[in-house]
Amino acid sequence: MSSYEVAIWVFMLAAFLGFELIRRVSPLLHTPLMSLTNAISAIAVVGAILITGAKEASMLTRALGFTAVVLSTINVVSGYLITDRMLKMFKKRGAEKK
Amino acid sequence: MMQSIFPVLYLFAAASFILAIKWMSSPTTARRGVIIGEIGMLLAVVGTLLRAEVVSYQWILIAFFIGSAIGVPIAYYMPMTAVPQRTAFSHACGALAAALIGAAEYYRQMPHGVVMIALIVEMLLGFLTFTASMMAFGKLQETLPQRPITFRGQNVVNLGILILAIAIGIALIISPERTWLFPIFAVLSLAFGVLLIIPIGGADMPTVIALLNSYAGLSASAMGFAFDNKLLIVAGALDGSSGFILAVIMCRAMNRSFSNVMFGAFGTIQTSTKQTTERPIRSATAEEAAEILDSARKVVIIPGYGMAVAQAQHKLRELHDILTKRGIEVSFAIHPVAGRMPGHMNVLLAEADVPYDRLIEMDDINPEFARTDVALIIGANDVVNPAAREKDSPIAGMPILNAFEAQTVMVIKRGMSPGFAGIDNDLYYMDKTLMLFGDAKTFVSSIVKELNAVAAAS
Repeated sequence: MSSYEVAIWVFMLAAFLGFELIRRVSPLLHTPLMSLTNAISAIAVVGAILITGAKEASMLTRALGFTAVVLSTINVVSGYLITDRMLKMFKKRGAEKK
Repeated sequence: MMQSIFPVLYLFAAASFILAIKWMSSPTTARRGVIIGEIGMLLAVVGTLLRAEVVSYQWILIAFFIGSAIGVPIAYYMPMTAVPQRTAFSHACGALAAALIGAAEYYRQMPHGVVMIALIVEMLLGFLTFTASMMAFGKLQETLPQRPITFRGQNVVNLGILILAIAIGIALIISPERTWLFPIFAVLSLAFGVLLIIPIGGADMPTVIALLNSYAGLSASAMGFAFDNKLLIVAGALDGSSGFILAVIMCRAMNRSFSNVMFGAFGTIQTSTKQTTERPIRSATAEEAAEILDSARKVVIIPGYGMAVAQAQHKLRELHDILTKRGIEVSFAIHPVAGRMPGHMNVLLAEADVPYDRLIEMDDINPEFARTDVALIIGANDVVNPAAREKDSPIAGMPILNAFEAQTVMVIKRGMSPGFAGIDNDLYYMDKTLMLFGDAKTFVSSIVKELNAVAAAS
């Protein structure tokens, strides 16, 4: 099996897994969910690092990679922090009066 | 040795992301989900920095620093009411990052075959999601008009641009050396993103934001194919399927298809000519409203986008508190498309310290309305419009909250203007309906004042 074939299998299985997991998320948490998956998809930072840190990088590719690292880092940092900030607000009855 | 550890770290990172989403299913485990997600991201970044291909660090570290310096203040100082805008903005950042990485990889390698196909998909989705998200951001921030902007032949023009972008993409896949085609490809993709959002109105934003979320994820997944990186594929696929499911849920909650949301330019057909006869309505003051609420046993509050605009959520919590204290059962009925993004109302009410077990989904609350004394509607319109049950209505078949089944219906509203769908709401003219005219926040706060006075007197 070529590596692309494996990749397509991985994609298909991950997508199905995603469908099953997300269907179970309560609509109560749809906003934090979106903000969390957003932070997760900032995994693009991996590609950005590989390009920015490469040995034989031209000015152009280095600049593009650098911008991409900045943008992904914004998403990683603010994504996780905001998700947590939102989730902290969800309290059950009785729990809020301390 | 250290350099070959990254596949293991990537594997753990992928598992962490899956667990993170699994734990999001319930509010009791959700925060754990965030922590495991952070760990996953940390493993992925550390693993990547250790790779043999990464030799120069200074620019990466500077970029980390700048990104954090922007991201941390956004996270801490952004008001919760700006969550939809922030979400659109982060879709834009993520998509642009993916597109730029694709462009860099293209200029670096000039790859052929499968890699080039993946890069073209990545960049097409990345560029169009970037401009589309910026447009969505502008509409949510109200720097751009929320009304749909349409022109003749719009769908033909849009489709033409998309087809042209794809055609040039295919030409680039066949011979990547034709670098002069690349900027044209980028510009067309960017332009398509703008045109895609122009005809979409404010109330369709929940679907559109979910869909853009999906595109941003798929773009990251395509990057995984280009870099032969399974972690990127998995994380992108999770994000892609998440956004897609949310978009499907939103469409279902409006009984509309994807294509209708994206190409229908809903809300442009104004029925201003149709409705001419003045129908009688009953209005009431805050004092009267407070009296009715005080004699109720079961009250259901239905918030909509108007509550978010008026920032009435904190006052509503006060109303919830005082009514609960007086032995009245209060719950909030949440329609899936209330607000500007999936779950919007829940976050605002949670911020105002309304306990989350009082926020009830549509399917669970609807059987309750027949036993409800007062349904209090705040800034919601189409989601309670009984016209949805008629065949020839523009919102026909849309699942609604059955507020009309309650003993008394109270509607806080600025005036009699129709809702987003541009149709009149029969609910307002029912005998049991009281219209409470005024700003949502001010009105709720006067009701609370009246109730406090009653409480003090008794």
